[in-house]
Amino acid sequence: MDIDIAPEHTDFRDEVRTWLSEHLAGEFAEHRGIGSPTDDAAWDVRVEWERELSAGNWLGLTWPREYGGRGLGMAEEIIFEYEYARSAAPARVNTQALDLLGPTLLAFGTEEHKQRFLPKILAVEEMWGQGFSEPGAGSDLAAVRTKAVADDDSWHIDGQKVWTTFGHHADWLYVLCRTDPDVALRHRGLSLLLVEVHQPGVDVRPIENLARSTEFSECFFNDARTPADMVVGGVGNGWRVVMATLGMERGSALMPMQLAMQREVTDMIDAAKTSGIVDDPLIRQRLVDAYIGVNVMRSSNLRVVADLLDDTAAERGTATTASANGSKLFASLHHQLMGELALDVYGAEAVYGAGDGPAAAARKLFLLSRAETIYGGTSEIQRNIIAERVLGLPRV
Amino acid sequence: MALITTDEQEALRDVMRAFLRKYSAEADVRAQMDSDRGFDVQAWETAAEQIGMQALAIPEELGGAGYGFDELAVVLEEAGRTLFTGPVLPSVVLAPAVLLLSGDTGARERYLPSLADGSRIATVAVSEDTAMWSETDITVSATRDGDDWLLTGTKRYVLSGAQADLVLVAARTGAGVSLFAIESPATGLTIEPLPVMDLTRRLASLTFDRCRAVLIGEDGTGWITLSQVFDQAIAALACEQVGAAAAVLEFTVDYLKVRQQFGRPIGSFQAIKHRCADMLVELESARSAAAYASAAIAAGADDASVAASIAKVYCSQAFYHIAAESIQMHGGIGFTWEHPAHLYFKRAKSGEVLFGSPASHRERIAQLIGMN
Repeated sequence: MDIDIAPEHTDFRDEVRTWLSEHLAGEFAEHRGIGSPTDDAAWDVRVEWERELSAGNWLGLTWPREYGGRGLGMAEEIIFEYEYARSAAPARVNTQALDLLGPTLLAFGTEEHKQRFLPKILAVEEMWGQGFSEPGAGSDLAAVRTKAVADDDSWHIDGQKVWTTFGHHADWLYVLCRTDPDVALRHRGLSLLLVEVHQPGVDVRPIENLARSTEFSECFFNDARTPADMVVGGVGNGWRVVMATLGMERGSALMPMQLAMQREVTDMIDAAKTSGIVDDPLIRQRLVDAYIGVNVMRSSNLRVVADLLDDTAAERGTATTASANGSKLFASLHHQLMGELALDVYGAEAVYGAGDGPAAAARKLFLLSRAETIYGGTSEIQRNIIAERVLGLPRV
Repeated sequence: MALITTDEQEALRDVMRAFLRKYSAEADVRAQMDSDRGFDVQAWETAAEQIGMQALAIPEELGGAGYGFDELAVVLEEAGRTLFTGPVLPSVVLAPAVLLLSGDTGARERYLPSLADGSRIATVAVSEDTAMWSETDITVSATRDGDDWLLTGTKRYVLSGAQADLVLVAARTGAGVSLFAIESPATGLTIEPLPVMDLTRRLASLTFDRCRAVLIGEDGTGWITLSQVFDQAIAALACEQVGAAAAVLEFTVDYLKVRQQFGRPIGSFQAIKHRCADMLVELESARSAAAYASAAIAAGADDASVAASIAKVYCSQAFYHIAAESIQMHGGIGFTWEHPAHLYFKRAKSGEVLFGSPASHRERIAQLIGMN
């Protein structure tokens, strides 16, 4: 079984399929399956691929036409993301802008913000990074100390951000700043500012992660400047805006992640068959558990998608609330189990040898999956949210 | 494909829930645990008269309502919530499925109307040494005797085996595994109720000693039928488990909000909260797995067998984990006979073992997906 495509959408699906099969060729085809929203492998090829998508009008499908989008609905977006993932096209590079900042500007930005930034995002001319976390403000995001002070025509920003995904590729940052010096205000003294990276007051330094790759950066602001009107959603409203941004996890993004994990399980099972370790009774049961997990994810995603596309179900509010909250927790934990299993399937080769074959991919999965229970809200924070907001357990 | 319920199915859910509130409250379940029969015949008849529960998946021309597995899934989930002791699984799901899939029009006409109106209780006797359904395990033999057959051997783990009026038996003939009908009680049939841990679900051993039986379907084609029914059996069980697990999580969370220690509700401690969050994720994942399996069966999809075994593994384990955590979170009261936590805990374990352990279903999945 698969996602239900309404009859009126089959033409659109065929259009997506045809375009992908024609354009995912040459160097792009050689880079099938490469990268992820947190892995900058083959960056330059992926930027070129994103421009190809832009030329084909495949970015910002749901964004309004006046900003370069196509004004389509949720159904088309889900179909596109699903077909995209099925084709294993290289992962997009400007996801921070396409998935998070763009929708935030559409919801909270001024007309000038939208006209200034959205077309350049869709044209792949400006890359974005997120300036939320700080050394002293991780899970406790309201503790941010980076401060912004206004003079007549601009903001002066001082402080430090960290764990900025693809920060070293970014041209602009959206930065959560304290604009009211009274720290006791916590949530109420914050504002979201848009800050250009290429200026003397901004210093972006890549951080090596434990896999010795550089997906994220730290950003230092030393009297960095941005014009007074570069505040999103009004001064003092930063917390509300940022919470909305973090809530913009889209139903359409779930299927691609699941499909990528499903491919990894399939590859792992094939490798285990080739090496014969598939007959090891413990490995065999764990391989099936890996398979079960990705299929349960798929069923959950299909439920969420069916719910999103069904108006009457949405009114009842059935599947989406609970499933969307749990999907990140489930996926991240399951991916770590898969990483551990991959290492056991490939054995010593993955730990002591590797090179650049499938054993190296297993090692990469093993290492990089450790980040998934931390970024985008740790598993502990996810559990707090589920316990308090879904189950209604008391805060104190 | 239907992974979300229709308004009509939600209406069915409301009707079932109202019925169960009246006939399957905790006191009713406990009364049946202490009874010989193990279920309330009057409630069973009321379900037939007022809801048509037994008739749901039986075709209209045979006295049924003509719905399918999607509707059964709703009934099973609701029945699971309250640990309803009526023989829904054997008599509403398994036996009608065997009769419908057997291709035997005579047997359908003979038995299905009385299953549909609830006047007859039926079950299916397949397992012998292991609770898993396995063709090679079948040793009960059938030999021809005129128009009839004579069955010899022992079936174990037969759902409602002591309560059923009609037993559909898998037995081996010269042509292979075949299906037979025996109207119970019968000469040559000895029924031994099993001392089950989970008193809300009764099982029995049935021993046949040259017991007279009628062939159902064609001689030697029984396993083709049973392998399809098996997918329905484990998916149905998964639906029950989802309902039961949801009930456990609800009453556990309710308790955690009111139980005070150290001057605060214990549900405010992260040591509790985080485990509850994990339980919710497990429950919702189980719901997805069961919904997918049900939809795959209803649609006759290619992946129905894999989906059903996935649901069997995942829902069994999720329900067991949630039920075990519930006892721990209730503390001392959760370990008492008077508290319902143990009823669900035992139902969880009995369901995990029924129709094969999670490990045996992982192996089934491994073979179905070509992991050889």
